[in-house]
Amino acid sequence: MENAFGQPQSVVVLGGTSEIARAIVRKLCAARAEVVVLAGRDPARLAEAAREAEEYGAARTEVVVVDAEDPASAGPAVAAAFERVGAPVDLVIVAVGALGDQSEFENDPAEATRMVTVNMTWPVAALTAVRTRLLAQGHGRILVITSVAAVRVRRSMYLYAGAKAGLDRLCQGMSDSLVGTGVRLQLVRPGFVRTKMTAGQKEAPFTTGPNEVAEYVVRGLSSNAPVIWSPPVLRYLFMVVRHLPAAVWRRVADL
Amino acid sequence: MTRLAGWGRTPAASASVVTPSSEEALVELLGRGPLCARGLGRSYGDAAQLAGGTVADLTGLDEIGPIDDAGLVTLGAGASVDALLAVSLPEGWFVPVTPGTRQVTMGGAVAADVHGKNHHRDGSFGSHVESLRLATPRGVFDVSPAVDPDLFWATVGGMGLTGIVTRVRLRLLRVESDVVLVDTERFDDLDGVMAAMVEGDERYRYSVAWVDCTARGSRTGRAVLTRGDHAPAGADAPRAPRAGRLSVPFVAPPGLLNRLSVRAFNEAWFRRAPRHAVAEPHSIGGFFHPLDGVADWNRLYGPRGFLQYQFVVPEGAGDTVRAVVERLARSGLVSFLAVLKRFGPGDPGHLSFPLAGWTLALDLPVGAPSLPGELDALDELVLSVGGRVYLAKDARLAPAKVEAMYPRLEEWRAVRGRVDPEGVLSSDLARRLHLVGR
Repeated sequence: MENAFGQPQSVVVLGGTSEIARAIVRKLCAARAEVVVLAGRDPARLAEAAREAEEYGAARTEVVVVDAEDPASAGPAVAAAFERVGAPVDLVIVAVGALGDQSEFENDPAEATRMVTVNMTWPVAALTAVRTRLLAQGHGRILVITSVAAVRVRRSMYLYAGAKAGLDRLCQGMSDSLVGTGVRLQLVRPGFVRTKMTAGQKEAPFTTGPNEVAEYVVRGLSSNAPVIWSPPVLRYLFMVVRHLPAAVWRRVADL
Repeated sequence: MTRLAGWGRTPAASASVVTPSSEEALVELLGRGPLCARGLGRSYGDAAQLAGGTVADLTGLDEIGPIDDAGLVTLGAGASVDALLAVSLPEGWFVPVTPGTRQVTMGGAVAADVHGKNHHRDGSFGSHVESLRLATPRGVFDVSPAVDPDLFWATVGGMGLTGIVTRVRLRLLRVESDVVLVDTERFDDLDGVMAAMVEGDERYRYSVAWVDCTARGSRTGRAVLTRGDHAPAGADAPRAPRAGRLSVPFVAPPGLLNRLSVRAFNEAWFRRAPRHAVAEPHSIGGFFHPLDGVADWNRLYGPRGFLQYQFVVPEGAGDTVRAVVERLARSGLVSFLAVLKRFGPGDPGHLSFPLAGWTLALDLPVGAPSLPGELDALDELVLSVGGRVYLAKDARLAPAKVEAMYPRLEEWRAVRGRVDPEGVLSSDLARRLHLVGR
């Protein structure tokens, strides 16, 4: 059961090898998390993340191997993850995603489909299954990691950012659907984060590492903010960015 | 499904709430699946909720029997202290122990083994219970300190996990008036007030100190000590306490109670108290239940809610109280007036909170990033001197510390196993702290 600070005892991570998710899990294990189930594609990296969770205090970890390119796998993966926890699930982190260099594949319809599947379709399928289960539990929390890029989509990564934007908006509605149920959905919108996924890309202003994101997330669990910005100043920056005229945005977005 | 939370408005849960109107209906519920009892929802944390399960709201079992010449009365588990006083005070009977609110049920008072300002003299609620009727998955039992004392004392302070209390036979206290004569003293630091309490508490039935945990430097732990007893018969016959007329109509915005506003309140409150006053008449409500004057005051803490951290340390560990107050003052955390009290010896309840020594209760708004870690550190301090935190207030203790704080937990589990081997009785508190095992 989660405590008064929103610190969970049981955690399911979809996208368990994500560096941001791993940083969050480390902090949660150092607090109250006892059982962590990690779902992801690469068994070796999942095992490594599981070992790390145990080092930070988890009493038990499990892994579920799943391919986020196949939306049909989402429901069964969620079912398997909940079953491995074997008790009420306090927190589900949705950290599935793919970025890549869009200039290399933006003319390929199959790649465009893949970007939307991994960043939106699979997460939505999974969230639908998660939502039903948490409602039946009468409590639980969902963290969905999107991006500030979803707030205003830019030219150089419209496939990633557009798919994340779809996920982000959809989750706002899903979050509203949960008010008063004991279940809560919170969006995490990090700015540029130094990870393997973004390696080689030009850093944006207010770049952070995964641990800083995790710190803001842990605070957000306690404050119940519907959207957790990382760093928090981006909330105000993107209030402006969102309203920039298109001509201005085109010029500054990919500086 | 209905959304439930504790008085601190923190972890929320949805459960199906049912309101059994008889013991038979309750027994039937016990046969159906995971069940948790709830009264008026004054536990601060998650003791009276069971996410995804069934919560039995017992406020319907609220009958109050006649009071006999010895002050014995049989009450339904859902009868509140407020309802009891409305009947008993005009007849010259007072509750033997009252917590800081009248809005608690008999079942809840037993389950948390509540204490009041008279613990140093009269012990906690369980010590005044003649017998209990308990509905368990293995049958309905009448228990008392003489009949099945193990089950009786496992239930007193057992957080509702050894069965659901349906009836309580309680010994009341004879009073001649509805007035309390109160001596008030103001102290500029914690040492002064603690010395005064050690020296003089035995002379008073009721004693409590309010400590300002926001004052720093030489004024760290400044306090107002109020002590008193029931007044002798006056011109008027005693009357029932009046209901408060104020209420907080909506949830305040987050941060209304911040460092500045709380410090200003504490300052005003400290200055308002007389430096020294003797035998001032106070009403029952004003002295025992000041916060009942404002309905839904917990909404002042805003949407994030708050928690109460209450701990007890043994007699010789007064230094730990000082260390906690100093730590809080230094931390800059917002704490409304803290309540300091001396406890007398504990009762035989396996999980009963009080033990002879000092208890301090702090109201803290949720939100400060440093709060979770700070409270974990306070747990260590408390545990290192053999103290414990109060389960009825808890919403964040680390499960690993429960066994150390409540060394008779295993013994209690064995008694519970006798009447609930399948683990039907549960709560979010029980699941969070693994009280009934994993």
